[in-house]
Amino acid sequence: MSSLKGKAAIVGIADLKPTKSTEETSLELTVKVAKMAIQDAGLDKGEIDGLLTNPGAGTFWSSVVGEYMHIYPNYSDVVDIGGASACGMVWRAAAAIEAGLCHTVLCVAAGNLRETRPEGTLVSQGWGSMRAEFENPYGPMGGVNSGYALLAQRHMYEYGTTSEQLAKIAVDQRTNACANPDAMFYGKPITIADVLNSPLISDPLHMLDIVMPCSGGSAFIITSAKRAKKAAQPQVWLLGAGEYRTHDSIVYAPSLTTTPAKGSAEMAFRMAQVTPEQIDLVEPYDCYTIIVLVTLEDAGFCKKGQGGKFVEETDLTYKGQLPCNTHGGQLSVGQAGGLGGGMSHVTEACRQLMGRGGARQVANPKLAFVNGNGGVMSEHCSLILGV
Amino acid sequence: MYTKPLPTPSRTSAEFWKAAKRHELCLQRCRDCRYYIVYPRSFCPQCLSSNSRWEKVSGRGTVYSYTIVRRAGIPGFEKDVPYVFAIVELDEGPRMATNIVGIEPERVAIGMKVEVFFDDVTPEITLVKFKPIRS
Repeated sequence: MSSLKGKAAIVGIADLKPTKSTEETSLELTVKVAKMAIQDAGLDKGEIDGLLTNPGAGTFWSSVVGEYMHIYPNYSDVVDIGGASACGMVWRAAAAIEAGLCHTVLCVAAGNLRETRPEGTLVSQGWGSMRAEFENPYGPMGGVNSGYALLAQRHMYEYGTTSEQLAKIAVDQRTNACANPDAMFYGKPITIADVLNSPLISDPLHMLDIVMPCSGGSAFIITSAKRAKKAAQPQVWLLGAGEYRTHDSIVYAPSLTTTPAKGSAEMAFRMAQVTPEQIDLVEPYDCYTIIVLVTLEDAGFCKKGQGGKFVEETDLTYKGQLPCNTHGGQLSVGQAGGLGGGMSHVTEACRQLMGRGGARQVANPKLAFVNGNGGVMSEHCSLILGV
Repeated sequence: MYTKPLPTPSRTSAEFWKAAKRHELCLQRCRDCRYYIVYPRSFCPQCLSSNSRWEKVSGRGTVYSYTIVRRAGIPGFEKDVPYVFAIVELDEGPRMATNIVGIEPERVAIGMKVEVFFDDVTPEITLVKFKPIRS
């Protein structure tokens, strides 16, 4: 069986400091962070022959970005699987490299919050679409808030999960953010009571269970095994990847409590030939606290239904038994526009594995589990990265 | 004036909304594999047959999951909060998005038995909502 294990490595990473307001356009943010990643990898721009972007401001975004910064790729594409796009870029780039189409791929997603496409323009939610006809007349809240609320409510019903247990995830990730000067909520620790006392937005989700959108983004460079060995940075190897989707709208999900995170993680672990017990740190997608809990269950870090008890009893901080979203996650760093939020899970895993975690460095990590989620637990991509 | 989003019935979905207007819950069903096609489609998602018909169903179901919306996310709902957005699982199997009405939001629970409530929101459109079955 063919595999992408060890066929490509990430050799450069960069993140923009998230902000609520900036003059810079999405295109400028994209090129800015791309430049940082190229410099981090110690590469010349001319060495890049692959380009993967987010959907950005619209059709042809990859071409727009390439033209703006004079990158002439042999392989380019737009990865359009929501918050799973970042992880999706990693294996797509590795597959293109393995197929011999290119050797060094720039992956980038950044966005200015004000330019982020209004929900109504998304194909899946636009006028005349299934959601406009069969969901919006009933008033689901704030894009996907109600979707994740439905998921959390059902998890509580089936397994007795509590708001306190969900809050623990937000609290531990905030502790991590307090060791990350670039996080939006740096220097602002919270308690479980703070989460529970924050306003209910769409029951059972409190405001502090929900991510805060911002402007920002990240980029990383993936190169072939041969070139990675000569890289300026310690290389982070792609050891396993898996992707899986079951639905678009949560209303038609086969299950509200077992998600495509399961199918994607099983595939990634199988390819890497490792088990969850061997993983040193996890960077699961976190637009809401409930998704962290469900992803940890589905990926096998605890049994289905035991997620509440597991997060309650496990120290998820960078100093803990299972360091989780060591930068603070999107919940505490901010969710960068243009799907940039999911990129930070990849760059943070690399930062930790490269030993560049600074004040939040996990002690000597070798293996990381990274996960991206698009829609409402609709599509998942999971990765195993290692040094 | 009704300011909330309204469905725009399509060639494929018109029968659903026509039935709702006469206060009947009708679902599209595949003639070949008997699958209930929710939402309406030109092809059965199960067997891809385009041979389907509309069938009246019981209108009874169970709350599969729900959320109390505290802040209006879609224009027009400002005066309605708090209200219940829910997924109802029909007795026939399929699930649909809806509102649970006729009950205090705090009293709604997963597993609660509900029946269809036709809300004639405009002269043209009747929305399919659900209310608890009084025992």
